[in-house]
Parts: sequence; C-alpha cells; structure tokens
Amino acid sequence: MTDERRIGVYICHCGGNISDYVDVKRVVEAVQGEPGVIVARDTIFACADASQQEMEEDIVKHHLDGLVVASCSPKLHTLTFRGVARRAGINPYQYTQVNIREQDSWTHTDNPAGATHKAISLVKSGIARTRLTEPLEPLVVETTQRALVIGAGIAGLRAAIGLADVGLEVFLVERERELGGWVGRFGAIYPHGRNGRDLIASLVDEVRKRSSITVFTNAELMAKSGSFGNYVAAIRINTDLPELIHVEVGSIIVATGFDSYQPEAGEYGYGIDGVVTLPEFKALVDGANGSLTYHGRPVRTIAYIYCVGSRQPGANEYCSRYCCAATTHAALEVAALDGQVHQYHLYRDIRTYGKYELMYTESRKRGSVYMKFPEDAPPEVSRDAAGRLTVTTRDLLTEGQELAIPTDLVVLVTGMVPRKNEELMSLLKVPVGTDGFFNEIHPKLRPVETVVDGVLIAGACQGPKNSAESVASGLAAVTQSAAILKKGVAELDPLVATVDADACTWCDKCIGACPYSAIEQVEVGGRQVATISPATCKGCGGCVPVCPEDAIDLRGYTDAQIRAAIDSMLEEPVA
Amino acid sequence: MSAVAVADVHEKQAGSVPRILVFSTNNISDPGIDLAGSQHMHYSPGVEVISLPCTSGIKPSWIAHAIDQGFDGVFIASDGDECAYLPDCAKRASGIVSQAQVLLQAQGHDPQRVKMAAICSVCAEPFTKHVQQFSATLAGLREAATK
Repeated sequence: MTDERRIGVYICHCGGNISDYVDVKRVVEAVQGEPGVIVARDTIFACADASQQEMEEDIVKHHLDGLVVASCSPKLHTLTFRGVARRAGINPYQYTQVNIREQDSWTHTDNPAGATHKAISLVKSGIARTRLTEPLEPLVVETTQRALVIGAGIAGLRAAIGLADVGLEVFLVERERELGGWVGRFGAIYPHGRNGRDLIASLVDEVRKRSSITVFTNAELMAKSGSFGNYVAAIRINTDLPELIHVEVGSIIVATGFDSYQPEAGEYGYGIDGVVTLPEFKALVDGANGSLTYHGRPVRTIAYIYCVGSRQPGANEYCSRYCCAATTHAALEVAALDGQVHQYHLYRDIRTYGKYELMYTESRKRGSVYMKFPEDAPPEVSRDAAGRLTVTTRDLLTEGQELAIPTDLVVLVTGMVPRKNEELMSLLKVPVGTDGFFNEIHPKLRPVETVVDGVLIAGACQGPKNSAESVASGLAAVTQSAAILKKGVAELDPLVATVDADACTWCDKCIGACPYSAIEQVEVGGRQVATISPATCKGCGGCVPVCPEDAIDLRGYTDAQIRAAIDSMLEEPVA
Repeated sequence: MSAVAVADVHEKQAGSVPRILVFSTNNISDPGIDLAGSQHMHYSPGVEVISLPCTSGIKPSWIAHAIDQGFDGVFIASDGDECAYLPDCAKRASGIVSQAQVLLQAQGHDPQRVKMAAICSVCAEPFTKHVQQFSATLAGLREAATK
C-alpha cells in the first residue's frame, strides 16, 4: 500500500541559509528514488509565492497525495505548506515539514558533509512518515458566541469590555463584592502615575455602558461541563439565599489575579511595630495627607528591603518583576510629599527593566540611597531596648561595610504569589507550573492559550505582571476569543488519540493516565473497550505508553510512523 | 528492518560519529533545540530529532527499537515541569526511561544508552552541552565494545 503513495519532496535552499552548508542537489538525488516519491526538487525559497504555486502545479499535474518540504522549523511554516496542500487538493495532514535549517545547516556550519548526510537522513525519515499518513479532517465544532470572564480586576474588566466591543456577549464573574481587584485599592500607580481607583472606576463605568456584559459579584464558578466552543458554566451567587445559575459560553478567560506574599512572623522583623509589607506601605502613602505618618508619628526615615519572599531557594524561586519598579515609584511619591525623608533601599538586584530604569534614576536624584546586600547575608531588623527600629546590613558597594540604619519604618518589598484556589484549578483542569501560576502553552508563541481549548489566561494569574502588562494580556485573550467564536464554528487539530477496539481489553489503565476525562468505557460488540472523545482529547499522547496492548495511537505520531521514521533515519550513515 | 539490513546499518556506522536520536516536544524542548541552531551552536550531526506533543507520550519500546536498529543512544529532551498538558509529566517521563532501560538490558544493551534532561524553550546551551557529553559517553561505549 505504501508504494502506491505519490509524494512530492521539496528541498529548500533558504537563500543560502541551508545551501551554504548542505549540498541540496545531493539531498534531492538521494531521496528521489525513495518509495512513493514522484517529484523531488530543490527550491531557492520554498515559502515564496512562486515556489508555492509551482508546488501546487506539481501536485495537480502528478496527482500527488503527499507533500514533504525540507526547510526551516515547523513552527514557522507548517500552516503555510498545509495551505499549499489544501489549495492543490491534498489533505493538509498528509504534509510533513522537515527541519533542515535550525536543526541541521545552522548547527553544523563547521561540518558541511555531516550536515548533508544528516539532511538526507531527516528527509528520508519525513518521507517515511508521510507514506503512512492518512487523510484527516479537522474537528469542526459550532461555537457559542458568548464568553465567561472569571475575575474582575484590571485584566478581567478590560477583557470584558474588549469582548463586548467585538460583539460577544459576556458574563463577568467576581468573587468579591466590589469590582477592581488590587488596582482598585491603589492611588497613583506606575508606569503612568494614574490613580488606580480612578482607573478602575472608569473601566467599571465602561462596563455599565455595555448591555452585553452581565456582571455577577459575590459569585464563583462552581462547575464546568461541555467541551471546546460550548461550555456550560455553573455560577454560584453568594447572597443570603445562594443561587446557582448556568450559562452557556464558547470561551472562558481566567483572570483571577494574584495574592501578595505574606511574610512569616519574624521574617525580616515582620510583626515588629514599624515593619510593613509593600501593599501596606502603599496604603500608607496613598492615605498620606500632606506628609507621611505612621500611627500618627511623622516618618523621617524609611528602609526598604527588597526581594522578601521572592527568589528564595526552595520557596518562591521566581522574580516577581513588578516590585522593584513599584517601590521606586512609591519612593518618588514619598519624595514628592516631603523631600527631606531619608530613604534607604537595601537590594539584591534592582530590576527596573526597560523604561522603568528612568524611575530608578529619578529616585536616586531625589535622594534615595541604594545599598546592595550579599545574597547569603540579608539585612536584619530589630528594635533595641530603647525602642529604636534598626536595620543592620552589609553594603557590597562600599566594600562590604556593615551599617546600622536607625529608621522609622521598614518596608518589606513583597512580591506576587499565586492565588490559592484549588477548586478553580481542579474544575478548569488548566495546568499550573512549579511556581503555582497557571501555565500558557508557550510564553512567546501562544502566550494566553492553555492546553484546554477555549480556556484562556490573562493577567497575574499566569505569573507576576504589572497593570499595563495585565491589560495587554487581557486584550490578547480577547483577540484569541474572537478568533475562536466570531465565525460561529471552530476547527480543532484532529491529531488526537484513538483506540483500536479490537486490540483493547479494557484494563482501564488509560483512564487513569488522562486528567482531561477524555476516555470512557463503552460496549462494542458485547465487549467492554475504551473510547476517546476527539473533542475532549488534548492530543498529548500520555495514554499511549500506558496501554499494555499497544491499542492506542496518537494520530500524526502513530507507532508505525515513529518506527518508520527511526528506521529511515538509519538508512543514511552520518559521518 | 530485517536482521541483514540492521547488520548493514551497524557496519556503515563503524568509524562514524555516534548516532543519537532525540525525542523532543513541539512546544517546549523543540524551540530550545531550534534556538541552538539559530545561535549557530555546534553539536554532532549524528544528533537527530523526532518531535512529539509531550514527553509522556514516548513509548519505551520506541527507545529500545531505536537502539536495537542502530542508534547509539536516545536522548529525551523532556518538558520537565513546564509541560502544558500533564502536571506529573516529569514523573511519567522518569517511569518511561526506567521501563526503556529494563527493555534495553533485556536486549543486551547498556542502559546508559538512554539519557533524559529537561530542556526548556530557551535551553539552547544546556541542550548543546547535554548532547555533546552524551555523544562522548556513547563514543566511549563504542570504544569499550571494540576492545
């Protein structure tokens, strides 16, 4: 059967990116006799319009039913060449892209002969996989033109407005009584210096203007059922008489925000009068009326200790990113209130990235003094017998000199931690990373999508972000939702797991391997076997190796395809 | 592949660089391996990649098959804790490697021929170092086998 295939193979020069190191003509010669190969050519730029057109002409002229393009990374042009296949009448899933640039020519610039052998090996492997492809159709699902936004902080509010403005109906669910989250509690915030409360008030006003947004406060998501494009969300509204309502939505944007790190009692003196966290300090600054006071006493000296609860081995190992800039901004606010206040910043590293560096420079100009403490000797906070609050530190910038700083206030610069919400994590089935924040599919290529189709993440539930970054990710989630929902139908890759019912003996091991509940037990011909829901399967293949009968295959990555790919690679020796 | 063909492969490999099959993942480790190429980092051309959606989808029998058919070693560039599909992916992957090692031993192969390390989407340098070291280890195994 495999010899009956009619495959076209195109080897790209990529200008000289590939052909400077790989003998492309030799690769063409080496693969043109492979079983099933009808056409084998080289092309200067496979992705160029003219080259795509030539491929389409070849496909029609030679009645090709499979396509292999050996060029750059599949991340760049898989969709381009699937489009070529589709336009010329080949099933797009019978196209294979072979990476001979990033994983060959560019990494073997020191060994052109080796790079050429490797290219031949990789292309043969791609042809072998293509010989075993089957025509597949994308899973088409009708989508409900409504979206659910969980969390009404700045990211959730902006997402709800954006969704309404692209014509989608929105349900906005907030666990608290008030909308606005963290930003709604703040006065002036960086980077723009606008008042957080005013900012939230204007967003809430915009939400009220849009009749397509329904807001539920004191409300929580209790259950989620259905599948991509057609979820049913059960929302409990916590009033005196709790009410459970069900809404049908096509996508869900999770914007549940963060918690602020809460130091343990005694951690950097936390619990001592005069030692406060960054949010507590921000409230003091926002509430200052003419001058900064603490418990009615004027504050003349402040010591900030950075990275409290962040970048700690064995605990929160990540950098919270926003706290350095938020603290320098707060220091500027203090300087504006009273230029005579002494401000000492005790830091491990200052990470005021990008344009926030300007705030750092400005704070120094306004009198803030920065001291770098050693990672293994953090500052110590104490109150002496006379009641004076003192911070002791070593300053690496003055040759490790030990300094004792008497101060009125110690600010522990605390970062963001993931919000504790086990129930929500469990019912959404969105994976979290080792840091406890929700995981996107890829931080650069698919930054708001999760492996659960139609469930998107925005704002600081994904990881520490400032308000501007949260809004940007909220809007990215709007764009993604619109792409899913506006057409009324959505396509899913059909590269999902399948069960060979004849081979399955229903041992139930696969069920335990699938956290998405995609596998069910059914009766076929009087036998109990497993079946996999294509709409629910995420295509990870985690069930494949657990099957003792080898009855499960992942489409596009079948057992036969992988073995054929391995065998074909080895046909070409690599020097 | 027939037994004769496999013997041919082994004969052809003699004197060449160790062949390493890498199982990578589409969204996590493959971008890291691509990045190594984009930065023109060098490793042996004997290193070839098959990419899958998730490390937990690798069959131990594929690892054993690859080595039995002529690859000197299999390197699993795993998702580690960054897997977007399965929170317990690292644990599952560790189990897959253990099973593969049992299969290899049963086939008379050294279990050192399979190695795993977490490779993230920007782990260009760690990947390059891992496969260079693994290549050296496998060259050592070849040399020991010929003595």
